[in-house]
Amino acid sequence: MPNGLWVVPVGLMILVLSIVSAGLSAEIGDGGFGLGHPVSESDIATWNIDVSPDGQGLPPGQGTVTQGAQLYAMKCASCHGPTGKEGPNDVLVGGQGSLRTAKPLKTIGSYWPYATTLYDYLRRAMPFTAPQSLKPGDIYALVAWLLNQNQIIAEDTILDAHSLSKIEMPNRNGFIPDPRPDIH
Amino acid sequence: MSDETREHLEHSSRAPSVPALNRRQLLAGGASLLAMSVSSTLFDAHAEEPPDARDPMRVPGALPRSYGERSPFEKQTRLVAPTSSTTPLQGLQGIITPSALHFERHHNGVPAIDPTRHRLLIHGLVDHPLFFTLEELMRLPSASRIAFVECSGNSRDGWGEARDVTVQSLHGLTSTSEWTGVRLSTLLDTVHVQREATWMLAEGSDAAALARSVPLTDEVLNEAMVCYGQNGEPLWPEQGYPLRLLLPGFEGNINVKWLRRLKFGSAPFMTRWETAKYTDLLPDGKAYQFSLAMEAKSVITRPSGQQHLHPGFQEIQGLAWSGRGRITTVEVSVDTGQTWQPARLQEPVLPKCHTRFRLPWSWDGQETIIQSRCLDETGYQQPTRDELIKVRGTHSSYHYNGIQSWKIGRDGVVRNVYA
Ligand code: HEC
Repeated sequence: MPNGLWVVPVGLMILVLSIVSAGLSAEIGDGGFGLGHPVSESDIATWNIDVSPDGQGLPPGQGTVTQGAQLYAMKCASCHGPTGKEGPNDVLVGGQGSLRTAKPLKTIGSYWPYATTLYDYLRRAMPFTAPQSLKPGDIYALVAWLLNQNQIIAEDTILDAHSLSKIEMPNRNGFIPDPRPDIH
Repeated sequence: MSDETREHLEHSSRAPSVPALNRRQLLAGGASLLAMSVSSTLFDAHAEEPPDARDPMRVPGALPRSYGERSPFEKQTRLVAPTSSTTPLQGLQGIITPSALHFERHHNGVPAIDPTRHRLLIHGLVDHPLFFTLEELMRLPSASRIAFVECSGNSRDGWGEARDVTVQSLHGLTSTSEWTGVRLSTLLDTVHVQREATWMLAEGSDAAALARSVPLTDEVLNEAMVCYGQNGEPLWPEQGYPLRLLLPGFEGNINVKWLRRLKFGSAPFMTRWETAKYTDLLPDGKAYQFSLAMEAKSVITRPSGQQHLHPGFQEIQGLAWSGRGRITTVEVSVDTGQTWQPARLQEPVLPKCHTRFRLPWSWDGQETIIQSRCLDETGYQQPTRDELIKVRGTHSSYHYNGIQSWKIGRDGVVRNVYA
């Protein structure tokens, strides 16, 4: 019988396969399919760019309001206006106290709940035409200038990972979890 | 509409059982067409002249080609704005949006990504941080699902004055595709997500490195997919080629395109797109945050804004969808909201998917307003604009789903109005 001939080899193959996959599973976990490549935290440092409200992810470095003013004039003012209020792109400064009015103005100062978000966003997305080109010191300086323009920090503040994660934004408690459905 | 008309309609959509009367009409129509073409050959064509290239029966047709294109007679396009483009809802058939007409919204352009160099990194609160090549993801168990994706800014005009524009311009930031990929749950098993993980950061590899925090609710764990396929093909660039996140029913922005990273954490990451943007400002100055579900909405797509109508028969058609499940009912009013009648829903009605509705109608040439309203399987009914604004004010920017009203003037012109 041809079937009989195949019994042993198939059984052997299954055995070999299961040993191989057990070996891989031990490496990557039992839900694994033997696919995917293990990585270490140092491998992924350049990808791991997010910053959390508690300051996790903020790199070493520091920057001042004065340095920020220079950088802003050079790299940002053309799109956001000389003082951050003029546009043409998103208005970055002002609007505090406007959220309940007929003309709410949502800016970093009036609306953003966390200062860490500003570091995160500039690091990943600005300047618009050269994203991910800013160095940590530049980003701290730009964040410092923008927060100072919004009257959230003093002119002599030196921003670093520690001081940035301590900042309380004016609209910190302005958000409520989605209560919908809310109509009827 | 008379019963006779309804019967006629129902029968004519099933060709084999055309009733005697209609068959006679059809034959008569056919005969006159025949007469016309015979006479045009007799009078216009001379044997020695080359055949008219517009007569498809007198010239050989095109040869096979490697990648198709629509008929050169078809011209409908997306309506393009600086950072988005809208689907021409008024011209769609059925429920699937052709990939070339799927709406776009991006925050710093569409990246050009070489799939052989693309990686998906999964890390954070996991036992086994891993990266995957695309080829490896495609070897994993796969799944497909037809679902809509809608930008939460779709229909945002509704918060302001009623402008005289098309349904495409008002509501065209929604599209439906068949999506194919790997279930998120498969990937979670592979990396062994830790118990404290309650949120997941999803990040794109575009020039905005767009990133959103996704709550790991049962709904997300059951339904989220990491997709590489759209309508039978690899994703189109504007939809995230080569890899995107799909969270059926959730606002478009969180369905992160060009996906490169999933990071697990125990709190939301509070990116700019879930704080400064995509939050819904209320009259009291507070804002809804993580308002992710797209609530039920319907809109009549034909007849719709800026179209011209002739008195007589005109099937009413439209789309309805809900981010919370299936559409159960769509009702249409053709008398400025005085009476409502149920429209026929195209089967199968899928959860979190565009659902086409149809209603036979005959316009009597008088001024009127036509509207649709829908109900989903959670019992949620699409609100009127007034009901919506009473609660949310007019500065929410996102998640507008009020009933759409189209006014038909005596001149047959259809206009966007509030009623
Ligand atoms: C070429 C024009 C351009 C330049 C230069 C530019 N930006 Fe922007 N910026 C934009 C655009 C456009 C957006 C909106 C992007 C979007 O909506 O996704 C934006 C958004 C922002 C935001 C988010 C605003 C909000 O409320 O969501 C901040 C903060 C910002 N830019 C800061 C900066 C800083 C700091 C610089 C200089 C390092 C800079 N930008 C340079 C065009 C520019």
